[in-house]
Amino acid sequence: MRLAEHIYRTTSSIRGPLLFLERVFSARSGEVVRINFPDGSVTDGEVLKIDGRTVLIQAYGETRGLDLDATVAFTDAVKQAPLSADLIGRVFNGSFLPIDGLPMFIPERWGPVTGFPINPVARARPEEFIETGCSAIDGLNTLVKGQKLPIFSCAGLPSRELAAGILRNARLAAGGEFVVVFVALGLTHHDYSYYMAVLEEMKSGFVAFVNRAHEPVVERLLAPRFGLAAAEYLAFEMGMDVLVVVTDMTNYCDALREVSTAREELPGRRGYPGYLYSDLASIYERAGRITGLSGSVTMLPVVTMPEDDITHPIPDLTGYITEGQLVLSRELHQKGVFPPVDVLPSLSRLMQRGIGAGHTREDHRRVANLLYKHYAKGRELRRLEAIVGREGMLESDRQLLDFADTFEREFVHQGEARREIGQTLDTGIALLQRFDLETA
Amino acid sequence: MTGQIIGIAGATVTVDMAGLKLYERVQVGHAGFTGEVVRLDRERAVVQVYEDTRGLGVGEPARGLGMPLTVQLGPGLLAGMYDGLQRPLERWRAAQGPFIKGGIELSPLDFARRWRFFPLLREGAEVVAGTVLGHVEEGPFRHLISAAAAGKIGRLPEGEFTLAEPLGTFADGGEILAVQQWPVRRPRPYRKKLPASQPLITGQRAIDFLFPLARGGTAIFPGGFGTGKTILEQAIAKFADVDLVVYVGCGERGNEMAELLEEFRTLTDPWRGAGLMVRTMVVVNTSNMPVAAREASIYTAVTMAEYYRDMGFHVLLLADSLSRWAEALREISSSLEEMPGEEGYPTYLASRLAGFMERAGVVETLGGQTGSLSMILSVSPPGGDFTEPVTQACLRTAGAFFMLDTSLAHSRHFPAINWFQSYSLYEKELTGHFNEKVDPRWGELCRRCREVLQKEEALREVAEIVGVEGLQDADRLLMKVAERIREDFLAQNAYTEDAFSPPDKTVALIAGILDFYDQAVARLKTGALLDEVLKGETKANNKDGQDRQDEGKAET
Repeated sequence: MRLAEHIYRTTSSIRGPLLFLERVFSARSGEVVRINFPDGSVTDGEVLKIDGRTVLIQAYGETRGLDLDATVAFTDAVKQAPLSADLIGRVFNGSFLPIDGLPMFIPERWGPVTGFPINPVARARPEEFIETGCSAIDGLNTLVKGQKLPIFSCAGLPSRELAAGILRNARLAAGGEFVVVFVALGLTHHDYSYYMAVLEEMKSGFVAFVNRAHEPVVERLLAPRFGLAAAEYLAFEMGMDVLVVVTDMTNYCDALREVSTAREELPGRRGYPGYLYSDLASIYERAGRITGLSGSVTMLPVVTMPEDDITHPIPDLTGYITEGQLVLSRELHQKGVFPPVDVLPSLSRLMQRGIGAGHTREDHRRVANLLYKHYAKGRELRRLEAIVGREGMLESDRQLLDFADTFEREFVHQGEARREIGQTLDTGIALLQRFDLETA
Repeated sequence: MTGQIIGIAGATVTVDMAGLKLYERVQVGHAGFTGEVVRLDRERAVVQVYEDTRGLGVGEPARGLGMPLTVQLGPGLLAGMYDGLQRPLERWRAAQGPFIKGGIELSPLDFARRWRFFPLLREGAEVVAGTVLGHVEEGPFRHLISAAAAGKIGRLPEGEFTLAEPLGTFADGGEILAVQQWPVRRPRPYRKKLPASQPLITGQRAIDFLFPLARGGTAIFPGGFGTGKTILEQAIAKFADVDLVVYVGCGERGNEMAELLEEFRTLTDPWRGAGLMVRTMVVVNTSNMPVAAREASIYTAVTMAEYYRDMGFHVLLLADSLSRWAEALREISSSLEEMPGEEGYPTYLASRLAGFMERAGVVETLGGQTGSLSMILSVSPPGGDFTEPVTQACLRTAGAFFMLDTSLAHSRHFPAINWFQSYSLYEKELTGHFNEKVDPRWGELCRRCREVLQKEEALREVAEIVGVEGLQDADRLLMKVAERIREDFLAQNAYTEDAFSPPDKTVALIAGILDFYDQAVARLKTGALLDEVLKGETKANNKDGQDRQDEGKAET
């Protein structure tokens, strides 16, 4: 512990968001610094690298207008997040400052923003069903408490409406509702106001961390970590079930690439840094449940796939870390299906533990498998139809084609309506009966 | 030897100490984080730290520990769960709660537990390093205690002891200990390596029948996400015919590990009947745990595996996934500002991988037993592209290659092992063994099974154009048989009884399908209609059909 704050005026160079300071004593890795601009404004920064008495600092905010005479104060502490139950109902920016016009709350305690990894043996297996009200998810790609399930979207698809629908409709099987932590990363004002309207309607309470498109890029890297520090606090100390919605992770990764390039790090695939996987894991892996504690952190990140390409590094690495994915399809969207969830490439890895008797309904697994199987066959046959034409096909194949169409129109498509799991399964059964497909 | 920190960049810390050795363990900071020396100058050394260095300050103390990264080896390792540095996770949780806060030294062994030692040698016996001194009972296993050094035994009584006490003494007064330290990056010695000639039954038909693995062999299976790597890896961990399993969760999901641990605690080993956890050691460094420890984790695991191999056990090491290890290597290399090779991986990636995989093998141990260490390693190629450096580097050393196919996975065929691209270099040696021990038709059935699948592939192209109806009856029959081979034989549901298929069941199944094929061909020749021939077949097949229904999305 230092007795007084160390203040330096020894900046030797500034490159974009990076500052080099000379003759610094006992700096810490990750230490937070305060940079004072000549015009009186202030931004925070962080120690990236120390080499003897030369220190490399990254400013969180914009460095425009900074000069070499700026004073930099070292705080002797790493970045901490203020934590308290009073978080709920508040809106913060990417630096954890309130932007809802109310004064800052008084923190109960401070916690490190990066959090600590959950000890694998302390994890409880996620197996409690979450009803999202959406058939394509509840029926075929079931979400469970403590899971991280991203939405893979394409530019122009209604991922926003799907996320909003889940926020509005998600219920825990055991009753009760979620506290939502909403993290907006690089959002346009248009999207931002849409989400805020949804959040304000919610009864159960929310915390929002908002970094809009014009706001500093480094804050985009901090906002999800603040959000998760808050989520972990609410979940594992206050015992709440927390649903974290992060949108859009693609903006996060682009921000990471921008910052990494500024640091002159070696670029990996498509210019993203080689540690993109570990970095994404440090966010996604914070979802989970802990044995003996009642709360949970469930995560729904939204990823917009650049060029609609699922092998792009962002969706690819995300898919390697998360427990499945919900893939939206442009084709379904054009057919007017909402939500346009393509159930074939979608997957929930933890579904098996969360369905069946005691969780949803006894026949869930059977119905889901039948729907999936026949729809997959119908889809396969569409290719054949394109070659030989409908007339050239067997009667049974034509029926499967019709089934696939009806499945999309009536099961996947549900508009704004909320379906309970019973309704979802009954819709599926009715569909199977209509086409006489109740057996394998 | 002490000094202080003079520089920090991510996980690498520079200290101002002279006289350290390369790869020596160093403790840095007030928090006591440990690391390894990765670069040496005359007056300074660069240390790669195994924990998150956030908050570490320059000027904080550093201390050389005088030894490299080692693991502790002794009775009581089985059924344990460790991090990449062999710290026991259960006791860690007891010490720090559900979150891993780091900066803690925990021994993997329980020094309070009492063991009963049964000596094999008596006073006056001359021993060399590796000579078996006696054993303790570790669960159902006979845990051999070997001499760590040469000498003449002074005293070696039978009786109860704890690991904190010596078992006995050498004539010159030196203590005989049941616990050894071993540097993880140095392979444990053995008398000689033997050829791999015995099969390692995995219980997966696609592997055992088409691409068999030998004890002491190495196999890799690369696959994009959602191709079922982890499920396959875990299924093999459950059912493989080996004495002991070391499972490394290397940079993977925490929830998956929770699931594995919960399942392993309830299941039993199909070969020996004891609980599954009793024969398993788990090393886990999830993706959000420190990267440097992830790099060390596979070495920690392989050293523990070698330790049990040296007692004459057949040990299987499963790692999921090697790509995450390679990425850790890349991260460390780039923080050292080394010249990057392909895709930013260091140029020594291939040689490190080869060095690691060569630690597998069948050996005659120093004590004269025969033990084996086999490896099955998963690889996660970015974008499912197998031309990437990690897959390619593995292919040069691995003895078997099970290619997981995204399109098979999408059609819910699991295990999604592609039967055209995969291979096993052990096939020739092992076919003889299977012919002799399981069924004399094994090799022949295998050849015919492949032939049917290949013909189907060719016919499939034709059928896409003219439709199945447009094919001749004999060809349609073949397609039907191939479909049965794919769906009833090669596919296996990891969530049903069928998850484990012993060799006799495997051979009976395939023989059944091919015998039907032969009879059907004969009936077609005598003028029977194809539909007639297949009718009986579908009826007999109904039960299987029911099973298959349950698969669906179960396996991924």
